[in-house]
Amino acid sequence: MNYRLETVGLDVLLLRLFEKIEEANIPWLLGAATHLRREFGTCLIDLVPSYTTLMLHYNMEQLDERAARQRVHRAMQDLQPQEAQGEGSRHELPVWYDPSVGPDLPRIATLKGISETAVIQAHCSRDYRVFALGFAPGFGYLGLLDAELAAPRLNTPRKRVPAGSVGIAEQQTAIYPLVSPGGWNLLGRTATRLFDPDRDGYSLLQPGDSVRFVPIDRGEFIRQGGDDTPVKADA
Amino acid sequence: MSGLLVEHTLGLAQLQDRGRFGVRHIGVTQGGALDWVAAHWANHLLGNSPDCAVMEIPLGGLTLRCEQDSTLAITGADLAATLDGIPVYAWQSFAVQRGQQLTFNPPLSGVRGYLAAPGGFAAPQVLGSRSTVGREKLGGFGGEGQPLRPGDRLEFAGDVRPLVRVPEALLPDYSRPAVLELLPGSRLAGFSGRSLFDAFNRPWQVDPRADRMGVRLRGPVLRYQGASLVSEGIPLGAIQVPPDGQPIILLNDRQTIGGYPCIGTLTPESVARLAQCPVGAYLTFRAIGVEQAQRQHLELLNQFGAPLMPYRVEHLSFR
Repeated sequence: MNYRLETVGLDVLLLRLFEKIEEANIPWLLGAATHLRREFGTCLIDLVPSYTTLMLHYNMEQLDERAARQRVHRAMQDLQPQEAQGEGSRHELPVWYDPSVGPDLPRIATLKGISETAVIQAHCSRDYRVFALGFAPGFGYLGLLDAELAAPRLNTPRKRVPAGSVGIAEQQTAIYPLVSPGGWNLLGRTATRLFDPDRDGYSLLQPGDSVRFVPIDRGEFIRQGGDDTPVKADA
Repeated sequence: MSGLLVEHTLGLAQLQDRGRFGVRHIGVTQGGALDWVAAHWANHLLGNSPDCAVMEIPLGGLTLRCEQDSTLAITGADLAATLDGIPVYAWQSFAVQRGQQLTFNPPLSGVRGYLAAPGGFAAPQVLGSRSTVGREKLGGFGGEGQPLRPGDRLEFAGDVRPLVRVPEALLPDYSRPAVLELLPGSRLAGFSGRSLFDAFNRPWQVDPRADRMGVRLRGPVLRYQGASLVSEGIPLGAIQVPPDGQPIILLNDRQTIGGYPCIGTLTPESVARLAQCPVGAYLTFRAIGVEQAQRQHLELLNQFGAPLMPYRVEHLSFR
């Protein structure tokens, strides 16, 4: 496995494994993460995977940069791809797709020249992978979206996107765990809680997990504890 | 338990500790005291662990009522603090008596003051830290990311401690122009030659758009000519250049990943120094190599005498 190791901070290294965003990167990134955790042990402070990289924050009171680099090189020997393992690495997320909670659904349908139902079907038609988490606690960048559905972000982000909103942008899709500003095209809403400080692991989604969206109606959404307050037009 | 009652606040003062570690892979930011050097000193003066929560007080405007006899310590910006109207010296611990009023005023130098109490301010550990992150609704007084509010009663272990001071030679001078040290990044070659010259030879001014997520700078426009980048983890102190060519230095409450090109990354000591640069202040950058920077950093840590505690790392396994 070819990789580049860059110094990106006093106590931070960036491991660059790939150039392009591809789902096939994920097992290699997971495998590298496992090896790095083992090799660094208690000297590891944070390990942040993204589409093509792993950022590694180590404790420089225990390890200087040269020693940290050596550990990375050791960890990268005999690297094998690894799949997300264990309980709960595959998620089915029920989503109520509706213009009241997914105000961009009609516009995406018009933009793509298909019906709203076809947009929903396309969004639910495949398993997505969690490439990275960021932007907010528990916010997973999921992909890759059907190229037919790809649409740019909003020119002006909404000031207030409700928690549970499901959106798309370019070839990615995501769920907003908390109310926040946001520029993704909203299609619907889930009642599932994405982030919970009282849950083991805190975030429902972890790097490398798989997600499939399942369409439900308003009644089921409410039964699941969903909040059907419409997205405000001026939000 | 003894305590401090918040009587008046600008709404900016909040609890911070060293930060939240081992959870950045799930999108949770680092948090922690921006001027970690001053926060360390405040804890150190009271014999506290560096993991104890201190109060970060940007721009003053805070009045506290002491509800118990105790010992406190103030470091960081000069907020012209007074105890019942009488000036209190910063960078040393001082005794307070029940009923006294402790007031913080607009800064005479620096931006953020730090107040420590014996044993640290009590607050729930949320994802391994008491650091307040409003945007994430995590940590701080109450545990849900709130800044301090009038009526909040801050508790701490509360015993009286010996009065000690930071050695004169180690006191920072925030009124001097800041020279920030940066580790050059791998994207430097993507910037035009003119931009690189400007970045390291021209003064930069702190823009009003500065908060705990990042500080924007004003100066010559930096042109990045490389390819667009895939989002990757952002280290503390990264100097990003968005398309408008005006750098943003990313601080403790930054988003965890991002895709703008960086000219480099500040050392942690320079991040602490930047946290004391007010809006409108000028600063310059100086490049430094990682070996020298690590040596300097260990020397800085040695000033505190005892070795620092290992980081409290919360949850580093993915699944």
